[in-house]
Amino acid sequence: MLIAIAFYLFAAITIAAAVMVVASRNPVHSVLFLILAFFSAAGLFMLAGAEFLALILIVVYVGAVAVLFLFVVMMLDIDIAELRQGVLDYVPLGALIGIIMLIEISMALGVWAFAPEAGGAVASPWPDAVSKITNTEAIGHVLYSQFIYVFQASGLVLLVAMIGAIVLTLRDRPGVRRQSVAAQVGRRREDGVELKDVKPGQGL
Amino acid sequence: MADFLTEYLAIILFLGISAALGLVLLVLPFVVAPVNPDAEKLSAYECGFNAFDDARMKFDVRFYLVSILFIIFDLEVAFLFPWAITLGDIGLFGFWSMMVFLGILTIGFIYEWKKGALEWE
Repeated sequence: MLIAIAFYLFAAITIAAAVMVVASRNPVHSVLFLILAFFSAAGLFMLAGAEFLALILIVVYVGAVAVLFLFVVMMLDIDIAELRQGVLDYVPLGALIGIIMLIEISMALGVWAFAPEAGGAVASPWPDAVSKITNTEAIGHVLYSQFIYVFQASGLVLLVAMIGAIVLTLRDRPGVRRQSVAAQVGRRREDGVELKDVKPGQGL
Repeated sequence: MADFLTEYLAIILFLGISAALGLVLLVLPFVVAPVNPDAEKLSAYECGFNAFDDARMKFDVRFYLVSILFIIFDLEVAFLFPWAITLGDIGLFGFWSMMVFLGILTIGFIYEWKKGALEWE
């Protein structure tokens, strides 16, 4: 009963927040509604029993991706009111594409069946009442050994993302004075202090 | 399934209470605060001046770089959690699989360190 209430609450909040992401006038508000959508989607994951995914959704998407979106929105400096001029003209076309995609998805799901070898994939330890295994352990059991190629490929994707971000955004600024710790530490008293013996009555 | 979710009941209650409290604090000022709107209250005060421009200015692209580098290492740490708690079961193979993964990302880390992407100015 409580689970059903929580599910419909989270689902309603997710959909409402997703609508507001599109509908809100201020792009910063859109990102904040996106964060709300992420949070309630995490609640839905939690209700489905996927604890690890729910918490990763909060840590990665809310903690990092949403902040990235905020930076992008603030960096672009778009005049959203100007952008929205005549957005309603596209509603019939957008609705048509949406309906076509919905029909395609329902056609694909209508004939969908489990592959015969899919049963073998779930033979690894699975979180249930018998095995007393947690969600995170179930992922850990298969991710690093059985799915090692996918895992290493994700590492390579992260590497490419890192290098790509640096190549695209890092500018060499000429004339910037950087802190040089070695020069600071290596500085001796003789480099900075000079003793002058000044005779009385004379300047330097 | 229900047992496991009852552990999260406290969080649900916490979410509910914080949402209700936030809503009350937002709505209460509209009810109890005195409202005397006046154009003078919104104008610049004595020696102040009106705003020249929109407050929303462009951010430097370097914020984006810091943010995306943070995401990448955030994901790396996210991969470490299941590995850490199953390390006893997945054995040496799982251990070295993670070491290769960390090695790949360390290459990127050395690259960004040497490029000076972590330095601000």
